[in-house]
Amino acid sequence: MGAVENIQITDAKRRYSAGVLKYAQMGYWDGDYEPKETDLLALFRITPQEGVDPVEAAAAVAGESSTATWTVVWTDRLTACDMYRAKAYRVEPVPNQSGQYFCYVAYDLSLFEEGSIANLTASIIGNVFSFKPLKAARLEDMRLPVAYVKTFRGPPTGIIVERERLDKYGRPLLGATVKPKLGLSGRNYGRVVYEALKGGLDFTKDDENINSQPFMHWRDRFLYCMEGVYRASAASGEVKGHYLNITAGTMEEMYRRAELARELGSVVMMVDLIIGWTAIQSISNWARENDMILHMHRAGHGTYTRQKSHGVSFRVVAKWLRLAGVDHLHAGTAVGKLEGDPMTVQGYYNICRDAKTEIDLPRGIFFEQDWGALRKVMPVASGGIHAAQMHQLLDLFGDDVVLQFGGGTIGHPMGIQAGAEANRVALETMVLARNEGRDIRNEGLEILRTAAKSCQPLRAALDTWGKVSFNYTSTDTSDFVPTASVA
Amino acid sequence: MRVTQGTFSFLPELTDEQIKRQIEYCLDKGWAVAIEYTDDPHPRNTFWEMYGAPMFDLRDAAGIIQELAACRKTFPQYYVRVTAFDSTHGVESITLAFIVNRPANEPGFRLVRQEEPGRTVRYTIESYAVAAKPEGARY
Repeated sequence: MGAVENIQITDAKRRYSAGVLKYAQMGYWDGDYEPKETDLLALFRITPQEGVDPVEAAAAVAGESSTATWTVVWTDRLTACDMYRAKAYRVEPVPNQSGQYFCYVAYDLSLFEEGSIANLTASIIGNVFSFKPLKAARLEDMRLPVAYVKTFRGPPTGIIVERERLDKYGRPLLGATVKPKLGLSGRNYGRVVYEALKGGLDFTKDDENINSQPFMHWRDRFLYCMEGVYRASAASGEVKGHYLNITAGTMEEMYRRAELARELGSVVMMVDLIIGWTAIQSISNWARENDMILHMHRAGHGTYTRQKSHGVSFRVVAKWLRLAGVDHLHAGTAVGKLEGDPMTVQGYYNICRDAKTEIDLPRGIFFEQDWGALRKVMPVASGGIHAAQMHQLLDLFGDDVVLQFGGGTIGHPMGIQAGAEANRVALETMVLARNEGRDIRNEGLEILRTAAKSCQPLRAALDTWGKVSFNYTSTDTSDFVPTASVA
Repeated sequence: MRVTQGTFSFLPELTDEQIKRQIEYCLDKGWAVAIEYTDDPHPRNTFWEMYGAPMFDLRDAAGIIQELAACRKTFPQYYVRVTAFDSTHGVESITLAFIVNRPANEPGFRLVRQEEPGRTVRYTIESYAVAAKPEGARY
């Protein structure tokens, strides 16, 4: 990989003669480069077209995501162009994947605007993913220097303050998404909220595509949901919440919905990932000013995160979202119905919750990341999980997570309240057992069955779902460990 | 009704042995255990009375159980909770909190609705016990 054509041309006259040079010759490859502490680092998985040298491909990635165009331009010489050029500094084959390479690129801090994910993404994933000499490209991980991290405000609330506001400690939080997600009237919708919260959940949730449709306008949804929230709070003496989805067609309309959520006394509201980075940062500022927990539903991410060969890994999206400032983030379940192998998912959780994330290849973490005291994001596990998996969920994810059982609450044979109670009893039982030193990973089901003797709703839940599992091999897995499934 | 604040309120009342094991778990983690009590269990009543300062230096579960017994004896009809505090940077907050004593009768909360234009409602949660009697005479 050190061929002559991959060496930067240093003779200025030759370098800047009109015409086309290889990206490596233009200076976008430097195998000896030592990244600076203040550099942004990116790891791409690239699949060059047949006959394209991987080093030249890596240099092209660095070039197209920073200053380069396809031909030499003399106007480079009006700038400190050596500094502005991103530098590919390492290329290595992906283990057991022929034709794929990991390429590491370093970017100088001065390439980026402070506090703008829009600017960051416009550079790093702006052009390069459509670049013809590459069959495919995937952004696997990024290291964001603390100097850059500190230009972001991060989560408006964070895990610690959220728990203090809710007065809920020492256990995962429990939630459920109202189902069916479309078609219920406001009155019927609020009924589900009330039943689930009164039964023992901490949160209920709007789904990603519930906005202001003909069957339920948004004001109706907000009013009936908050009636349910406060009724359940009065019945239990606990703080409760419903993630009011304020996603709308314009920022003006989102602010209008956020204002009503605040007026009605909601502690939390939600947006979908598809509103875009600028809207996310704006609504995060609003949430910070109004003491509102901001729940992020990662709607749409599967279109670019799932396939291993092309797109952006969710671990990178999670890093961007922590900077942009969300309090809750759906990060996978490992054991539920949606994509995600257990260790890869744990990697996402660590990104949300660590003060400093260490390199951890089996979990897909390629860089050390110092979060510079940025608040922590509460990960959310949602999608096809149920009470009989409580020991696995607690063992995989620990206390700082929202476990969301939608079908696993509302589909309970004895009703919604019973479904919620089954989940809460299963959760508290498992936390108690873990704290007592029991081996919950292996004895979990036995612990649940014992608790079910004095809790009929839990018994019914175990009878209904005890044998349900989604045991498929994941698409997005680590390249550094044999892929394991859960069961 | 039953106030279900705290980590274990959906389980049968914990025995002293069970409480002791939870305290041991907290001490093993290096957390400081504290005892708090109140006769105002409103969900937003953050500041329960402290039964002494958090026991940063008491690293013996049996000793904490003795403190708890004394607190229960003094306030048999109060809500009493055990909390654990983690002073690690980035946490510096409570990491476990569970109710270990509660009044025999829990009258619960009234939901007060102040109706406003546009069908908007301003909600207030009011404890029946707190509304009926002054502090110290409620349960």
